[in-house]
Amino acid sequence: MNSTSAPPPSAAIAVQGLRKRYGATAALDGMSFDVEAGTVTGFVGPNGAGKSTTMRVILGLDAPDEGRALIGGVPYGRLRRPLSHVGALLDAAALQPGRSARNHLLWLAHSQGLGARRVDEVVEQSGLGAAIGRKAGGYSLGMRQRLGIAAAMLGDPPALLLDEPFNGLDPEGIVWIRGYLKALAAEGRAVLVSSHLMSELEGCADHLVVVGRGRVIADTPVAELIARSSGGRVVLRTVARAEAATALAGVGGTVAVTGPDTLTVDGVGSAEVVRVLNAGGVPFSEISAHRASLEEAYMDLTRDSVEFRAAQSGEVA
Amino acid sequence: MPAPRDGFAQLVHAEWTKLRTVRGWMIGLVVAVVLTVGIGLLGPAGSQSECGRADGSQGPCKMQSPPKDAAGQEVTDQKTFVRRTLSGDGSITARLTSMVGKYPAGGGSPTGDQGLVDGVLPWSKAGILVKDGTAAGSAYAAVLATGAHGVRMQYDYTGDLAGLPGPVSAAAPRWLRLTRVGDLLTGYDSVDGSTWTRIGSARLGGLPHDLQVGVFAASPDYAVIKDSFGGSSVTSGSSLATGTFDQVAVTGQSPGEWTVPANGEGNGPWNGGPGGGNGPGGPGGPGAPRNPDSTPGSHPGAVATGADAFTVTGSGDVAPASADEGSGKTLESSLAGTFAGLIAVVVVAALTMTAEYRRGLIRTSLAATPRRGRLLAAKATVLGAAAFGIGLIAAAAAVPIVTALERNKGLYVFHASTQAEIRLIVGTAALLAVAAVLALAVATIVRRGAVAVAAVIVVIVVPYVLATASVLPAGAAEWLTRLTPAAAFAVQQTSTPWAQVTHVYTPSNGYFPLSPWVGLAVLGLYAAAAYALAHRLLGRRDA
Repeated sequence: MNSTSAPPPSAAIAVQGLRKRYGATAALDGMSFDVEAGTVTGFVGPNGAGKSTTMRVILGLDAPDEGRALIGGVPYGRLRRPLSHVGALLDAAALQPGRSARNHLLWLAHSQGLGARRVDEVVEQSGLGAAIGRKAGGYSLGMRQRLGIAAAMLGDPPALLLDEPFNGLDPEGIVWIRGYLKALAAEGRAVLVSSHLMSELEGCADHLVVVGRGRVIADTPVAELIARSSGGRVVLRTVARAEAATALAGVGGTVAVTGPDTLTVDGVGSAEVVRVLNAGGVPFSEISAHRASLEEAYMDLTRDSVEFRAAQSGEVA
Repeated sequence: MPAPRDGFAQLVHAEWTKLRTVRGWMIGLVVAVVLTVGIGLLGPAGSQSECGRADGSQGPCKMQSPPKDAAGQEVTDQKTFVRRTLSGDGSITARLTSMVGKYPAGGGSPTGDQGLVDGVLPWSKAGILVKDGTAAGSAYAAVLATGAHGVRMQYDYTGDLAGLPGPVSAAAPRWLRLTRVGDLLTGYDSVDGSTWTRIGSARLGGLPHDLQVGVFAASPDYAVIKDSFGGSSVTSGSSLATGTFDQVAVTGQSPGEWTVPANGEGNGPWNGGPGGGNGPGGPGGPGAPRNPDSTPGSHPGAVATGADAFTVTGSGDVAPASADEGSGKTLESSLAGTFAGLIAVVVVAALTMTAEYRRGLIRTSLAATPRRGRLLAAKATVLGAAAFGIGLIAAAAAVPIVTALERNKGLYVFHASTQAEIRLIVGTAALLAVAAVLALAVATIVRRGAVAVAAVIVVIVVPYVLATASVLPAGAAEWLTRLTPAAAFAVQQTSTPWAQVTHVYTPSNGYFPLSPWVGLAVLGLYAAAAYALAHRLLGRRDA
């Protein structure tokens, strides 16, 4: 290796300062993040945020104008038998319709010097079963996603890149893939999975890289993010919404009505809420600390994206 | 960093798996064979020749086969030959003092003397001849003067060596000599009969003890080629050459007398006179010849003008016969369907690449093989090999099947050497292989199947069809088959364009301007250039 600035050896995938323009549009604008072994990293952002371009750069398909991406410290283009270093699912629809799914896996296996036995193993894991002999052109999108994941697993790689793998999956499929990705991470693999819907990653991602306009907005463990978003919010169930709201507003709380008999209180701790309500004689049936959903946390983040972007560039500089 | 093993073979294996697992592509390759063989079969299948027989029934005609030399090459062997026997070793010497002739200026066969003008044709011949008997196609050696190519020593039809340049006249006579020692014939020429120059020697296999030696004259058909858009038309007619010899001397054992054919030599081609009669028609038959002696030089025949002097007028030629569509089928005509098979191969080759772009599969391929040049090379290897195999199967099937059918239909199939036949078959396979690589390269460059297929057809098949289908003037056809990838079809040519035979050597007549392998190399250059560009673009482009 001739690298001058040594990449962190721990990072399975290192994305360092990627910039790329398509004409006047900056698709990537200083994209940097690491994907660690043993974690599922959610790669989240709206469509057009640069997720797919970043993945193509990691796989050596697109050349960045600046920056680099490394797999285990090595640029993709220098990998020999690359599918045994990183498996990827970019576009589940990228199949020759007249070729059977099994033959699709077979040529890919041959290109890595692997044989039919390995194909049978990944088919077994994918749950495609007997359908594997059918033409890929007749596959539903969900089956194509499973086939794409099977293809990514051919080389038994320590790192995986999956671009929108939840697209087109039925609820059962979404549950399957979440469990599968968690199991892969538990085996010590680094998994980068992109989605434009945060909810798809619920209960699956350990770490989040949130991107917008070609750069990272947030790069954080999921637990931390949710804790921050949940920050001191209290959910209150009461039949006397108006009285409760008045009383809590009186001590500086921000009250939002979230249901026929529920309120969310910001800015007042749960012990204080109990004290104020008891003091005012306002009845309530339940009080609990709010746990934000990933979706909410994401909305909080993107609402504050300007600040996050400023903070992020400060760290990089 | 220690590089794990990643052989090129596994990429070829992967590309082969890709090719064989799409049924449409495999069908396309089978279609290539079917088209190639099928169109070849249309030729003889469509030609129906029925001849009446003596018993009144109808049956297939037997096309008369031309005389052949010892190697099987068709030859023309028509001349007027004043001769005597030479037993064993010896020599013949003669002085040629004049050579004149007549030919039909408008081409075609003139009526009477109308349309005949004075003059010798470039390959009109008069000279001395040593021959193994008088049978057409037998071995010979000759030293002769020509209308425009000086003195030549020619032997066994295909041998041709240059002697003294310049035309013959009374002021510039030519002395000609041939010596025979066993099988070895040596030719000489001289301007004065005392200073002799050796032209060359030829060893004629298996000569008998007794040979025929003497003086002869012959003049090939005169052809006028009318060249235009819509093709070229050829009209030809017989011509005459008259040589005036004196001081004809034979040394060695030469029993008997001179045989002086007053009426040509057997079945001469002369049809210039009314009734076209010479040969077996004979005096008194329909179209009886005029007295040949009454107008010397206007009819094949010879007269002795002294003890050792002869004036010999001949028509025809002693030379290899050029294969011509009119008189038979060339071996390569059985592969007339190659262009159609080529189109099928080109479609498959282009689609194997453009389908990957269309489906986005190219990203999967390139992610699996980041060294992109190797991906292209593996694809080219697989497609080239598949196309070669398909071409080999198609050609190896079409050539024997079609020629057998042609012979069965009574058509004459021109001789081709085993070497030429192998070249025809292997060359056709190579033509398809290189075209497949060209199609792959163009497909990689343009990334659109229809565009790639159209482009390759336009550069290979269209020029080929235009040049060979008598659509263009011969000059344009020759340039097309010299400069465009269609030049590669020269690899199928089995007939030889003889320098010493005037003939219509045009692409539409089956003769390409470039030699077989050079023609194929032209296509190879186009393919290499396209491949280099494809390699460069594939390496630089975002996928």
